[in-house]
Amino acid sequence: MNYVWIAAAVMLTAAAGITMIRLLAGPSTLDRLVALDTLVAVTMCGVGAWAAFSLDTTVTYGMAALALISFVGSVSVARFRVPDVGRMSPPGGSRDKSGNIRKQG
Amino acid sequence: MNVLDIVTAVLILGGSALALTAAIGVVRFPDTLTRMHAASKPQVLGLLLVLVGAAIRLSGHADVGMVILTGLFTLITAPVVANRVGQLAYREQNIRDDLLTRDEMRETGENGEPGGHDAH
Repeated sequence: MNYVWIAAAVMLTAAAGITMIRLLAGPSTLDRLVALDTLVAVTMCGVGAWAAFSLDTTVTYGMAALALISFVGSVSVARFRVPDVGRMSPPGGSRDKSGNIRKQG
Repeated sequence: MNVLDIVTAVLILGGSALALTAAIGVVRFPDTLTRMHAASKPQVLGLLLVLVGAAIRLSGHADVGMVILTGLFTLITAPVVANRVGQLAYREQNIRDDLLTRDEMRETGENGEPGGHDAH
């Protein structure tokens, strides 16, 4: 059983580490948002695995709080962020014909 | 080591492996829509597997309800976030058209503008 926990910890740590690559490098805000979502979900996996490992149930409340806050955070970023125009957007992508940035819902 | 321990081990290992897969997909896939695909589906399934494993191992404690609540909440909210992010990514054309086999939102858009059912 010990090797199971070690393997799970190694896999989750590796997942969090390589998600941070995308979080840092992602060319647009949406990529970073997706990576942040993945990172929070990996954290929740880690907290759940920790609860199963240590039989300590106090951390489960933190897991529920993480789920709530990650949802609110993702939705508010998707709603209120400033659309990034630049290298990633082809002409006509996020600007209208007169060159103004198109309003995002 | 009884049967429940083995089931828990398999569930937690599978969930961790799925989380690792999702992370690799987020890093390796070429555009926002495919990254979102990697981030939503295997991620939610992996989280659910880990939570079920934890719930089996913690069964009998009073706080197992919080684990189940977390799983339910993730199941409910993941499609909402994926819908919002996917629609934004499509509207900003932050996608690669050559990777799409079918573009249903372009077909439904009015006057040549790609829209969505709640474009505003």
